[in-house]
Amino acid sequence: MNLFSPLWLSVQLALVTTAVLLLIGTPIAWWLSRTSSRFQPVIQTIVAMPIVLPPTVLGFYLLVLLGPDGAIGSWWVQLTGSALTFSFSGLVIASCIYSLPFAVQPMQNAFEALPQQMLERSRTLGASRLDMFFSVAAPLSLRGFVGAMVLSFAHTLGEFGVVLMVGGNIPGETRVISIAIYDHVETLNYAAAHRMSLVLLAFAFITLFVMFAVNRRWSSR
Amino acid sequence: MRCTPILLMFLLVGPAAADDSLIIAVASNFTRTASELAERFRADTGTEVRVSSGSTGTLYAHIVNGAPYDVFLAADSERPKLLEASGHAAPGTRFTYAQGALALWSLKAPDCLGVLRDDDAGYVALANPLTAPYGAAAKEFLEGAGYWGAVSKRAVYGENAMQALQFAATGNATIVLVARSLLTISSLPRASCTWNVPTEAHAPILQQAVVVASTSNVDAARRFAAFLRSDAAREVIENHGYELPE
Repeated sequence: MNLFSPLWLSVQLALVTTAVLLLIGTPIAWWLSRTSSRFQPVIQTIVAMPIVLPPTVLGFYLLVLLGPDGAIGSWWVQLTGSALTFSFSGLVIASCIYSLPFAVQPMQNAFEALPQQMLERSRTLGASRLDMFFSVAAPLSLRGFVGAMVLSFAHTLGEFGVVLMVGGNIPGETRVISIAIYDHVETLNYAAAHRMSLVLLAFAFITLFVMFAVNRRWSSR
Repeated sequence: MRCTPILLMFLLVGPAAADDSLIIAVASNFTRTASELAERFRADTGTEVRVSSGSTGTLYAHIVNGAPYDVFLAADSERPKLLEASGHAAPGTRFTYAQGALALWSLKAPDCLGVLRDDDAGYVALANPLTAPYGAAAKEFLEGAGYWGAVSKRAVYGENAMQALQFAATGNATIVLVARSLLTISSLPRASCTWNVPTEAHAPILQQAVVVASTSNVDAARRFAAFLRSDAAREVIENHGYELPE
């Protein structure tokens, strides 16, 4: 139980984050790949920033913004009665920001590789924009979607710094596996730290291995 | 491959380290006090002291794994004892340099003790009782005084006393149980209430120091340890909100 509840919490967090990122990341990636707007480089830069920023910067801003006195947090308190910091919902928001580039970039690459002619042809045959996306673009970009999902999931699973700063280490709510491992190392409980780390190590290997294996098969086709 | 010699040169040069300087590993709650003590020690002896701060558990792990610290100022007595037993501390150098005290601190509550009883008063921040000595003492006080039942459901845990305070100082937690020494930080916003927890309400927080066995500068390290016990140093320690050991 002690071993699996933080792991299960991490998996839940990663699954919810991946689902949310697929929903909001897809339109962003599509827009970035298709637009000729002069704001494109700016938006692209903003989306990529979590790759470069240390988790402490994100954690600091989130702590201030999501708290009960913060811009987003106070609004959330009015809506739900509780604050976003120290809560699972808060961690989902934090993870979505933290993993956004890992969802957007693979999809954007896939969309950019789509043959322009084919998309135009489907439009001239009378397909609506939405229809064109779901019947033509999406199936051809499957690899991008899989890449986005695997990377968002894996990156969220490995999240530590941001959670440390806005999580508050609450069992079953915000004590994810990376925090639990940290606690075990701190309390010299190296045996438990080894067990959890090994589980995470195996998990990371399997996730990435499956992605690369699938990618290889697709590209050899 | 051609640039390898140049890269190697960078490795060899590195940041210049003064030979007779000390690096002390300090539990985060004592960082500011240690910096002031380091400054005094430098003024007295000319020996440079660099302060490296972290949680007691992290610093302990660093020392066991060969970190180049000369003196370790922990937030408890357990880790120094372990280092002594495993031979990572110079024998006979362990002593209590300060005794910790706890306080309640809030940014918005009018009555500190009232918040502990009130189920709807928001989060109560404390350092993680498993990893931080001040967290363990805080929990012991809450249990002994009958608050734990009401507090445990809305407790949030900082990695150390400093982070717990920061949760409350940013308004994310209503109240914090924190090391009294941290309340002397000048940049801290004005409190709506503070309350000193009686030191009898928990097992004494004995902050102990050891000279690290692998120190490359054993004389200066021992001089610094002796300096911590001097009247001048004890005055600084007391001014930072610590009780003094006998």
